[in-house]
Amino acid sequence: MHIDWIAFTPWAALAGGALLGLAAVMFALLAGRIAGISGIAGGLLSPARGDIGWRVAFISGLVLAPILYALVMAPVTVRIETPMPLLVAGGLLVGWGSRYGSGCTSGHGVCGLARLSPRSLAATLTFMAAGFATVFLTRHVLA
Amino acid sequence: MSRQSSFEIAAAAAAGLVFGLGLVVSGMSNPAKVLAFLDLAGPWDPSLALVMGGAIAVGAVGFAFARGRATSVLGLDMRLPGAGVIDRRLVAGAAVFGVGWGLVGLCPGPAFVALSTGSSQAIVFAVAMLAGMALYTKGES
Repeated sequence: MHIDWIAFTPWAALAGGALLGLAAVMFALLAGRIAGISGIAGGLLSPARGDIGWRVAFISGLVLAPILYALVMAPVTVRIETPMPLLVAGGLLVGWGSRYGSGCTSGHGVCGLARLSPRSLAATLTFMAAGFATVFLTRHVLA
Repeated sequence: MSRQSSFEIAAAAAAGLVFGLGLVVSGMSNPAKVLAFLDLAGPWDPSLALVMGGAIAVGAVGFAFARGRATSVLGLDMRLPGAGVIDRRLVAGAAVFGVGWGLVGLCPGPAFVALSTGSSQAIVFAVAMLAGMALYTKGES
């Protein structure tokens, strides 16, 4: 393993991470809820009365963030190089898996670990391992 | 609309915006940077580890305050999940999620953030992700 020192952005990573932690804490202290994006979005697919507005509001905040950032700082660039069939497969797996496993990088990885939940630790170690293995296979074995 | 639900909506909008800004500032809204972390055998970008570290450090302090509360600061019910067990479902779901994450470099938060950057691939991914979530909902009903 060798570290890509040019790509590594430790200060931005820590600052952005602190904002993620702050958002999770804000949501827990103000609304009493976990900032788990898969659960928030997934709940919209079986909508219940009085349980829609806050979900839409949270997701709207996410969608607005890069627009606000671009106004004040710089345009946000997103590079996706995955070919179309794998892009669709990846989306399906992320959507189904995060719901079946009761959470994703936000609910388990950020909120769960910050709450010292053994369940979230198990989930985080599992999806990290699966992510490492998938990238190793697609970039170094099958490519 | 009740006062309670307007509080809930305002808190959600603010938290969603700060969360999205965190993803943008940290670089985690860019799948290329996430994949550079997941690629241990390539030129490795450890940034994601520090993102998690920063988030958990701040989160741990805040959640310690949230733990003992019966209602939120705005008077809403606390709905933080209990301990639960580590079962096959949790691990299988996380593994499937991790494979999809490794294929594209997007997870649900960044998928929504990437939507407004005008990337057509991001739109395709988000639609597929919502379809995957809908499949889960259909399977549970």
